[in-house]
Amino acid sequence: MARRVAVCAVAQTGFVSNMWQKRFQQMCFETVESIVKQTGVDWNEETGIRNIVTCSDDVFDARTISDNGITDAVGAHFRGEEKTAQDGINAIAYAMACIMSGHDDVVLVVGHTKESQTESRNMCSNLAFDPFYCRDLGLDFEKGAALQARAYALKSGISETQLAKAVVNARRNAAKNPLANARELVTIEQVVNSPMLCDPIRTLHAYPVSDGAVAMLLAAEDKYKEYTDKPVWLTGWSNCMDSYFFGDRDLASNFSLKKASAAACKMAGVSDAKGAFDVVEINDAYAYQLAMWAEGLGLCDENKGGEWIESGILETGKINPSGGMLAGNPIMIGGLARAAEAVVQLRGEAGERQVAGAKRAVAQGTTGPAGQHQAVMILEN
Amino acid sequence: MTEENKHCYIKEGKLALPYQYFAGRIGSKFLVSLRDKKKILGVKCEKCGKVFIPPRKTCERCFEDISEKWVELSNEGEVTNFTVVRTDDKHHPRKAPYVLAMIKLGGADTPIAHILDGVDPDSVKIGMKVKAVFADKAVNTMLQIDRFEPVK
Repeated sequence: MARRVAVCAVAQTGFVSNMWQKRFQQMCFETVESIVKQTGVDWNEETGIRNIVTCSDDVFDARTISDNGITDAVGAHFRGEEKTAQDGINAIAYAMACIMSGHDDVVLVVGHTKESQTESRNMCSNLAFDPFYCRDLGLDFEKGAALQARAYALKSGISETQLAKAVVNARRNAAKNPLANARELVTIEQVVNSPMLCDPIRTLHAYPVSDGAVAMLLAAEDKYKEYTDKPVWLTGWSNCMDSYFFGDRDLASNFSLKKASAAACKMAGVSDAKGAFDVVEINDAYAYQLAMWAEGLGLCDENKGGEWIESGILETGKINPSGGMLAGNPIMIGGLARAAEAVVQLRGEAGERQVAGAKRAVAQGTTGPAGQHQAVMILEN
Repeated sequence: MTEENKHCYIKEGKLALPYQYFAGRIGSKFLVSLRDKKKILGVKCEKCGKVFIPPRKTCERCFEDISEKWVELSNEGEVTNFTVVRTDDKHHPRKAPYVLAMIKLGGADTPIAHILDGVDPDSVKIGMKVKAVFADKAVNTMLQIDRFEPVK
């Protein structure tokens, strides 16, 4: 039996639309400082942190092998470091594997992105597309989401009002989360009347440009007590990639999320995702994704994401208590931020937005156009 | 501006890197056919019957080598999905608003993304019949098909 892995602490910068006055190194450093303050962890090569897993994007940082420029800030000087290029939730999984395997006892995870520094985040994600067949057409993650939003709406029949309620919920929850970016309340009318951005996605259906960093300290079950008396256990994880070209995919099928969710649930011993989680954190960069990813996670039946939004579940405060990605996390660390909120909730430290008695949470991360890569993590206290 | 940020500055920069992309043996054949013959080619997996475009060497499901299984596709097809791009950005091939559509060509199983011109963006419909309009000069990418337009 592999060793159990505990999250001992999380730290987040808080998310804003333009953190111009901080270099991304500084954003990372502040989260690492917070982890040290919370846990007393050190960099002793026998007993402390000797391995760091980071997550960042070379184009958003405008330097290749972007992790090499932050080794000092994340404490990776003179020791092991590895970067993940999918959502930072994969960085947690990588760190988890390091510990489960016995290779490491204590691993630090640090993810960051500054979306604000580029003239256009869509120009960055345009570079993710094939240079012969797709890039010249202007495809980017926003256009990919728009195509998926239409495919999902046609398949499920989700309404404009249901989409608007996803945004209303995000803002209502974000208003109670001092770390969130978009915290102003909006009404259904404001959302349905906001201008089209990329049909059928409206401007208020899209997450705001965001900057921020998240860090997390993981330790083995026989070591965590040195760092925390409130461990949160990583009990399930999986991820899955869909095809690269949109035409090869059924954009409304949730193919990769269903596979990731099924495997994560199996690992955690969850037989039915419906009702299994006290806290759900969905990586909804666009409004339709709250409903569509909920289906993919198995939280509701196929094509019922819209009805699920109106079922009263959002009013319980258990769905995206952080505000979700819609309230503003940068790309690359949306899933990492989801997992961070799950930890905060399971530690009972979520303040005004605390879900009472939360025992088990699910956090989802996604990278690539239209949810090509999906990852699911299950956490318990 | 806070006191501590008073003397800070931001440097304007730009990522720009001349680069040569190799189209690949199969991609080259596809693009040369588009350019020299105005013919759109796909590749067919003989095991599952699926016809792929863009072309590739291997069927992702069957792992069959399909690199020489060329089939000629129709220059016409139908819109299976679309978005209307409402904002301008430097990587866009058109001024907003323009239509980005997924188009399933006759004979293909996988729709391709392309630009749909010659139609009011607000009247695009899924199922709309469209045809390829080829570029006059060598482009050597998917924009060798300059655009799609509705079949009159």
